[in-house]
Amino acid sequence: MSIKTEKSTPTPGFDPVRRKFLSAVAAAAGVALAPGVMLYGITKSNSAAARVSGSAVSSNVRWGMLIDLNRCDSGCDDCVTACSKENGLQGHGRPATDAQWIRKVDVTNPQTGASQSLPMMCQHCADPPCVDVCPTGASFKRADGIVLVNKHTCIGCRYCMMACPYKARSFIHESLEDQKPHAPRGKGTVESCTLCVHRVDAGGQPACVEACSDTGGGAMLFGDLKDPDSEISQRVAKYATQQIRADLGLDPGVRYRNL
Amino acid sequence: MTRHRALIGILVIALAGLAVASHAADQQNNTKGVPFPAIAMGQGETCVEDTDFMRRNHMDLLDHQRDETVINGVRTEQHSLKECINCHVVNGPDSVPVTVSSPQHFCRSCHDYAAVSVDCFQCHASRPGVEN
Amino acid sequence: MKRIIYSEIKGRSPQFYALAAILLVFVLTALASAFYMEHSGHYVTGMNNQVVWGMPHVFAIFLIVAASGALNVASIGTVFGKTIYKPLGRLSGLLAIALLLGGLVVLVLDLGRPDRLIVAMTNYNLKSIFTWNIFLYVGFMVIVAAYLWLQMERRMNRFAKSAGMLAFLWRLILTTGTGSIFGFLVAREAYDSAIMAPLFIAMSFSFGLAVYILVLLAACRGSERDIGDKVVNKLGRLLGIFAALVLYFTAIQHLTNLYAAEHIGVEKFILLDGGIYTLLFWVGQVIVGGIIPMVLVFRASGDVSRNAILASTLVIIGGFAQVYVIVIGGQAYPLELFPGMEVSSSFNDGVIASYAPSLPEIGLGLGGVALTGLITLFGMKLLRFLPASLANATIDPHHSVTAKSS
Ligand code: SF4
Ligand code: SF4
Repeated sequence: MSIKTEKSTPTPGFDPVRRKFLSAVAAAAGVALAPGVMLYGITKSNSAAARVSGSAVSSNVRWGMLIDLNRCDSGCDDCVTACSKENGLQGHGRPATDAQWIRKVDVTNPQTGASQSLPMMCQHCADPPCVDVCPTGASFKRADGIVLVNKHTCIGCRYCMMACPYKARSFIHESLEDQKPHAPRGKGTVESCTLCVHRVDAGGQPACVEACSDTGGGAMLFGDLKDPDSEISQRVAKYATQQIRADLGLDPGVRYRNL
Repeated sequence: MTRHRALIGILVIALAGLAVASHAADQQNNTKGVPFPAIAMGQGETCVEDTDFMRRNHMDLLDHQRDETVINGVRTEQHSLKECINCHVVNGPDSVPVTVSSPQHFCRSCHDYAAVSVDCFQCHASRPGVEN
Repeated sequence: MKRIIYSEIKGRSPQFYALAAILLVFVLTALASAFYMEHSGHYVTGMNNQVVWGMPHVFAIFLIVAASGALNVASIGTVFGKTIYKPLGRLSGLLAIALLLGGLVVLVLDLGRPDRLIVAMTNYNLKSIFTWNIFLYVGFMVIVAAYLWLQMERRMNRFAKSAGMLAFLWRLILTTGTGSIFGFLVAREAYDSAIMAPLFIAMSFSFGLAVYILVLLAACRGSERDIGDKVVNKLGRLLGIFAALVLYFTAIQHLTNLYAAEHIGVEKFILLDGGIYTLLFWVGQVIVGGIIPMVLVFRASGDVSRNAILASTLVIIGGFAQVYVIVIGGQAYPLELFPGMEVSSSFNDGVIASYAPSLPEIGLGLGGVALTGLITLFGMKLLRFLPASLANATIDPHHSVTAKSS
């Protein structure tokens, strides 16, 4: 059992008990192999909360992300590339209207000139303004904290885009064909990062997190913020972390470290 | 007013006549009128439900499943659109699965015949994709 | 006071049909534009992921705001019992409904999925101020329609006053609702303020009355009815007061924002260095739409109706400028992700977004205006909305008394 295989997305229907066991082995192996080095994204943080196939998501879980900016390089956009590939977001050569679920933002302090780079996407707010304003209820928060657009009821009014403080949403400006079967998206509706909900439901983790640990800086950690034993909860409890625009009180599920 | 009533009466009778005629046409297996579509078969032995049942109720099953999936994250395969698409593939002349832009597409062949527009494929892929 | 006689406009002259035909052409252009936008997707418009509400929203918001304001004339007559306004009430109700319909059609046709209107009607998120607005709009039309009927049906006249009261309250709530669509956007520096609701109410008074004056004068001239200077003068002065009110609330809006440190950036943008938005604000809204009309109605000598027409037109132009600055200017200013920091990204973070209205968007917006015109035109032709005469002697009891005694 190598760590490498453990990193790939488990097949749906993979026996959860067995997976849990394997991931525990992998986690132990990870720590033993490289003590002191943070192996973000290598452990299968999701497996502990994997659901029995066919049962509904539960509010005992809250998915979240912790991004360590010391490990995020300004030149790297592996998370962005992985997201586009996973969800089939091709550009149309029109940057102003092309969809971006995740983007790299460079932040510079004008006084000191110090600069940082960070990935920005839907922050999966606990009190999402996009959900509050949506007239049809198409924007909604799943029981496990993932904020989605139900494209079956979205009328494309774009009020959610006005309301989101993070500019996390995109409107689809043209007809699409051959979407990814797991990521339906179409003209006239609004979309944003789904936290790779199809992967999460299958016990995996988002494509960006995977890419970041595979080829990027290993800055992103995905996990259950409500499970006190999860790696993300322990890190959030141990280190100082930040939420962007925390002053708005929306309690985003995406947290940043060393901002 | 009486003239209106008469008009409505005529309309109702005409519509009823049409309905009966088209039903009869169906039963004669469509010897005249719009040709019955050539509907592609799925791949397995049977569909997930009876064919007759599916003809009448597939939209309700899909509707139910879609809400379960989107809202509750239930991704079982039984009544999922994705599986319908995976099973009822129609290959084009180049032996690549056709999209809904082709009249041969499984969903489209029948929906064209029944003149019911399908809204699914504005967002959903209409042919199996390469999973990663 | 004499009984007021209302009558339909004849609507058989070539001018009537020419006007109707022009309006129809505009409505059809709007439908074609909407179809084109929906068919190709919104990339053919000026909107993008930074400026998500474009020109159609400017038109729609203007029309909806003006709708509730147009009803004011009726309210002043029934609710506040000012007799001189009484004969003007019916037209005011008709115009309110027509403006609202025109605005809503534009709003709906600019949706990403207008074909799903039924979804919007059957799925409600009661937390959304948008949903509340849908209820408010529908309610408004029902109430105003009932109010008109009570006024027109003589046996029902005695209920008209209570209906008028209800309509008046409803319209205040409605405009508050429209204003709150913006006021609730906590993350947008330009909108996040409680002053939005009263500001919108003042705007509705002013825009609605301006549209009303233009339509009234045009209708009276077109159907060769007398309209005395007295009415026009009164309406004109009222418009001047409303225009002043808008300026007052605009001043408060910007002063309070300047007081809050986090809003300084966006204030500087609108008031000083926002390019087109700064220009539209100072020249369009303040000078053309505010100061000149006030001078025209309070100070200028000469033909009263001509001044009133000019002032109303300028108020409407200034109103469009104001709505444009609020809607588009507010979005063009970037969201503050990291207050005090400089940001840059591939998604236009930290830069002023650009927006240039496209032809189909303008076509759609103008179509909404034309629809309002068509409804008003045929409304007046089919039912008795317009008083047979608004000559000084007919509408003012004192005037006729002095006329007799002299
Ligand atoms: S980041 Fe924006 S889109 Fe995501 S949940 Fe928060 S408000 Fe909604
Ligand atoms: S665009 Fe869609 S998801 Fe967003 S507020 Fe409107 S209906 Fe809701």
